[in-house]
Amino acid sequence: MSGKKPIGDDKAASGKPVMTGARILWECLEREGVKTVFGYPGGAILPAYDALQHSSIRHILVRHEQGATHMADGYARATGAVGVAVATSGPGATNMVTGIATAMMDSSPIVCITGQVGSKLLGSDAFQETDITGVTQPITKHNYLVTRADEIAHAVREAMYVAKSGRPGPVLIDITKDAQQSSCEFDWEAAEPKMRGYRPDLSPAKGAYDKALELIRAAKRPVILAGHGISISGAEHEVQAFAEKTCIPVAMTLLGLGHLPASHVLNLGMMGMHGEAWVNKTIQDADLLLAFGMRFDDRVTGTLKTYAPNAKKIHVDIDPAEINKNVKVDVALVGDLRKILLELLPRVDSANHTDWIEHIHSLKGDTAVRDIQGLPDNGHLYAAHVINDLWRETRERETIIVTDVGQHQMWEAQYYKHEQPRSLITSGGLGTMGFALPAAIGAKVARPDAEVWVVVGDGGFQMTMAELATIVQEKLKVNIAIINNGYLGMVRQWQEFFYERNYEATPLLNPNFVKLGEAFGIRSMLIDKRADVVPAVRAAHAHEGPVLIDFKVEQEDTVYPMVAAGAALHEMIRRPNPLVETAEDE
Amino acid sequence: MLHTIVVYVENKPGVLSRVVSLFRRRAFNIDSLTVGRTEKPEVSRMTIVTEADEDQSRRIVANVYKLVNVLLVDDVTHHPALLRDLALVKVAADRETRSKILELANVFRARVLDIASDSITVELTGGEEKVDRLLELLNPFGLMEVVRTGIVAMRRGAKSPSITAKVKEIGTVDDGTVSYSV
Repeated sequence: MSGKKPIGDDKAASGKPVMTGARILWECLEREGVKTVFGYPGGAILPAYDALQHSSIRHILVRHEQGATHMADGYARATGAVGVAVATSGPGATNMVTGIATAMMDSSPIVCITGQVGSKLLGSDAFQETDITGVTQPITKHNYLVTRADEIAHAVREAMYVAKSGRPGPVLIDITKDAQQSSCEFDWEAAEPKMRGYRPDLSPAKGAYDKALELIRAAKRPVILAGHGISISGAEHEVQAFAEKTCIPVAMTLLGLGHLPASHVLNLGMMGMHGEAWVNKTIQDADLLLAFGMRFDDRVTGTLKTYAPNAKKIHVDIDPAEINKNVKVDVALVGDLRKILLELLPRVDSANHTDWIEHIHSLKGDTAVRDIQGLPDNGHLYAAHVINDLWRETRERETIIVTDVGQHQMWEAQYYKHEQPRSLITSGGLGTMGFALPAAIGAKVARPDAEVWVVVGDGGFQMTMAELATIVQEKLKVNIAIINNGYLGMVRQWQEFFYERNYEATPLLNPNFVKLGEAFGIRSMLIDKRADVVPAVRAAHAHEGPVLIDFKVEQEDTVYPMVAAGAALHEMIRRPNPLVETAEDE
Repeated sequence: MLHTIVVYVENKPGVLSRVVSLFRRRAFNIDSLTVGRTEKPEVSRMTIVTEADEDQSRRIVANVYKLVNVLLVDDVTHHPALLRDLALVKVAADRETRSKILELANVFRARVLDIASDSITVELTGGEEKVDRLLELLNPFGLMEVVRTGIVAMRRGAKSPSITAKVKEIGTVDDGTVSYSV
């Protein structure tokens, strides 16, 4: 490029390079290790886009700013590194709100950079002016309004640090247009974060360890509740070692799936609203819960009045504000999970808990057998079959499944056995429909060698399907499995159970997804027979480019079992005809 | 019960809004809030009085701590502390009532700021109850205008934690049932 100038083409008297705010922005991101950003240009961020020509950072042009935030989120969840999204002021910035809130609820480290009107115009209701730092205050870990070029380096370095340290979360930097345009000395070292009020490196009081060890020693019926904090802390091995040494079974939250291999003998599987009934019963029967990096969300506890009534509780979490928020605990160990487990590991006793494990086994009955391959083909295609076949076909490869929100998400959690951490990416806390497709793009960009599958409902797919164009433009190999039942399935299920089957506003008249995919230049196919699922998955794997498969599944299928909202964890709605649940294994 | 929480924050734009927004977002009630400068130009100090039980107040402290611009949070409720409210009270007064009002003001050590033909304005500093009591006694004369600053608080003696000392203290909070660090 002819306009490309080396960095620091001007020098101040101090010897430091003089650069525009826009160039400082990219320079700082580069030095922070950012390789890719997801963004959408516009008036107030144009100076930054103009300066992008001097940077080695790859820019991925999205089709909607919400997509940019979910991509940054998917990127972050696939790797643990900070994902970066860029947008202009006003509508560009407000379109990011859903993605920011999603990242906040699931503690995902993203940095959002927005342009803002010139600092002289702030507060004047200028064209495309929105108070985005005000708007995002409750849904960011922290945010910055930057009005001068010489504040940009500080803000970027602090934002990256805040986003990924402690309990990770989204950070937004709003930069006025004049701050991008004006020039100042660039001093990387001087911009090193020195934050008196931010202390992410907490560690528990010594006495707390002793209390925890006492409870662990005394427990006869202990259960570990494993959450997202495990991969955030990088504590997968320590959790496994702890569980094995103490012989304590492990129940997983939705975002915890994969943090202990599904095939591990101590892994009970998912708990909560759509967890296995016997896993929930195990928790209700327990005398000690060890919550590792989870926050007792209402989706995993059911009503708190009857939650694990006989259990002492040990809560390990990095966020002191989570302690006693939903569930009153007996001991809290606040700090980094991995460090805490390394402290506990040499001090816990080996145990076997034979009676307890046998009791759990007896709770399973025949419902533990979830293998549905042996079922006779009755001509209907069930989502469970699609997901189970997808698992069988991809289990040997490095695969990331990115789901949307709803029935298909729960079936994925039930029928796809995750052996690896960061192999399932899903919006848990916020439950954001439209998350899957853009998040998968971010995951693929972060881990190009992994096979990435979007598992998405027909409703959620249509919320962000414009990002199909991003997939094609960026030549990304992402496979898309639409679980198409012609309904907003989970809402329909609630209407079925709790609103007398009044299917108000849930039937969907869908476009022809095959033609739609083809219009974007994506190889697309329709599958409505069980026998065709495996060949379709294989064809998608073999095809060089992205593939979209429209799986037309049973319309009024239901996710079982289910804890109704506000019900006790052990009072589950079971499948009336337990056809799928009781088939013989292999 | 009412908890009195002292919050030291960085003196930066928008910090008050972050603290207040947090109370709103987490559905904590603010009974009164004051904010002002301190002996250090880069530090502002808030006193927040909030209706909360022990567990809630601990969650409030933990949540306020999470704000990046917050340097130190000190719940002084169970410590010997000086709590002061300042009120300006304009009360109706004529020739007949003036001396009675001045007498009350004198007993309460309220300063008389202004005397007009039909009113007296006094300034009273003290604990919340003292202010309440004077207002109660002045009420029959006709309160024309009342303004109160809300509580400002300071621990007694040299016990106020210094910000640097508190940072070093990390990991030592243990309230008996739950051990955690702030």
